[in-house]
Amino acid sequence: MENVMAYSPFLIRGVGVTVALSLCSILLAVALGLLGAAAKLSGSGWARRIAGLYTTIVRGVPDLVVMLLLYFGGQVLLNQIGAMTGWWKYIELNQFIAGVIAIGFIFGAYMSETFRGAYMSIPKGMIEAGISVGMTRTTLFWRVIWPQLVRYALPGFTNNWLTLMKTTALVSVIGLEDIVYNGFAAGRATREPFTFMLIALLVYLILTILSDTGLRALERRYTRGVVRGV
Amino acid sequence: MESLLESIRVFSSETSPLDFYLVLQNWSLFWKGLQNTLLLLVLSLIAGGLLAVPLAIIRATRVPILNPIAYGFIYFVRGTPLLVQLYVIYYGLSQFEAVRDSAAWVILREPWWCALIAFSIGTAAYTAEIFRGAIEDTPRGEVEATIAAGMSRVLAYRRIILPSAFRRALPAYGNEVIFNLHTTVIASTVTVIDVLGAARTFNNKYYLAYEGFITAALIFIAIVFVITRVFNLMERRMLRHLVRA
Repeated sequence: MENVMAYSPFLIRGVGVTVALSLCSILLAVALGLLGAAAKLSGSGWARRIAGLYTTIVRGVPDLVVMLLLYFGGQVLLNQIGAMTGWWKYIELNQFIAGVIAIGFIFGAYMSETFRGAYMSIPKGMIEAGISVGMTRTTLFWRVIWPQLVRYALPGFTNNWLTLMKTTALVSVIGLEDIVYNGFAAGRATREPFTFMLIALLVYLILTILSDTGLRALERRYTRGVVRGV
Repeated sequence: MESLLESIRVFSSETSPLDFYLVLQNWSLFWKGLQNTLLLLVLSLIAGGLLAVPLAIIRATRVPILNPIAYGFIYFVRGTPLLVQLYVIYYGLSQFEAVRDSAAWVILREPWWCALIAFSIGTAAYTAEIFRGAIEDTPRGEVEATIAAGMSRVLAYRRIILPSAFRRALPAYGNEVIFNLHTTVIASTVTVIDVLGAARTFNNKYYLAYEGFITAALIFIAIVFVITRVFNLMERRMLRHLVRA
């Protein structure tokens, strides 16, 4: 127990990295998800095909493979481009940024499916009604589409967020000092790997419970105006 | 013929962005990885599935005392990363002398077995929730029919409720199989040579950055394609009564 106390600042720093990484990745994922959903719903065949390819690849390839490919491959590719064009000298990819790009890229694909489904659930008549009362496109989006998009997308979003948080554990493999990495290091140093890995597990469990309750409260807020059939 | 092969080799290593010839030369490494990945996948699906059925029945019928325990177990497994669960089993358990002295140590010191245990527990938790939903969705009429026919509860579950639930669970279970395939790459973090482990070994050996990972990615896409096909065929066969004319 005194070992845990001694290492607690080190562990808390790891938790900070995990939380920061999750938040940055979810922002990127939402942005990519909205883009992907817009592409899938757009009239352009090319946009639809590219977005479809994006989802298919991400669904087919395990996240750790994507992460390692982006981290090691991306680094070499950047430096090859740099050497060829002479635009920049040797750069080392930051693990945090590589993690955010990889996780954001992966979950952007899942988010795009969530947003597409949510958009399609909005009754057409609502949008037509908005147009008929003379709303501009911006007003229509913020007053009619966005509140309903959030409502229909929230359950899927909650799922994606819970999975995303757990996926961030993989960044310890590329050496980012998150809770798993720091917990592992502390466990090795003190020869108490079980204690410290169990703490890491509990940290994730607490994060899951907190987000679960928080997002469910948000879901209730956004479904206030809905009368449930059953 | 010789010169053709030689020119392919030269093209592959000097012109092509990917040295595919080198990958082919090391096919036995990737083959070994593929075998481990598929073995871990199939065995964990079997063990996890066997564990998931009782869990799902406990949850669906709300067996007193056992139901909260099952729910707690499922919530814990689903709420924490598999990577950390595997670390707890593989690195963590060795902390205790009792474990190191026990008969189970033969298994628990092997990364391959630890990975199998972690994956089985993981897929059991996810599958149990899928099956629970399917059992709870059993049409009331089917259950009433089993009572009317004088079936005991066990017989009703064995003959009617479970087979009908498995069919309904099939599409969601197909996703779970793919999801489980994706999680098996975590075995490579405890030195198991699965497909990703082979890719990492290959990249380290030749000091490459993406050849191995791209090969691994292509292998996974191929496996996912096959799994999707198999499940589509099974759905067409088993859910034939639901297909619209």
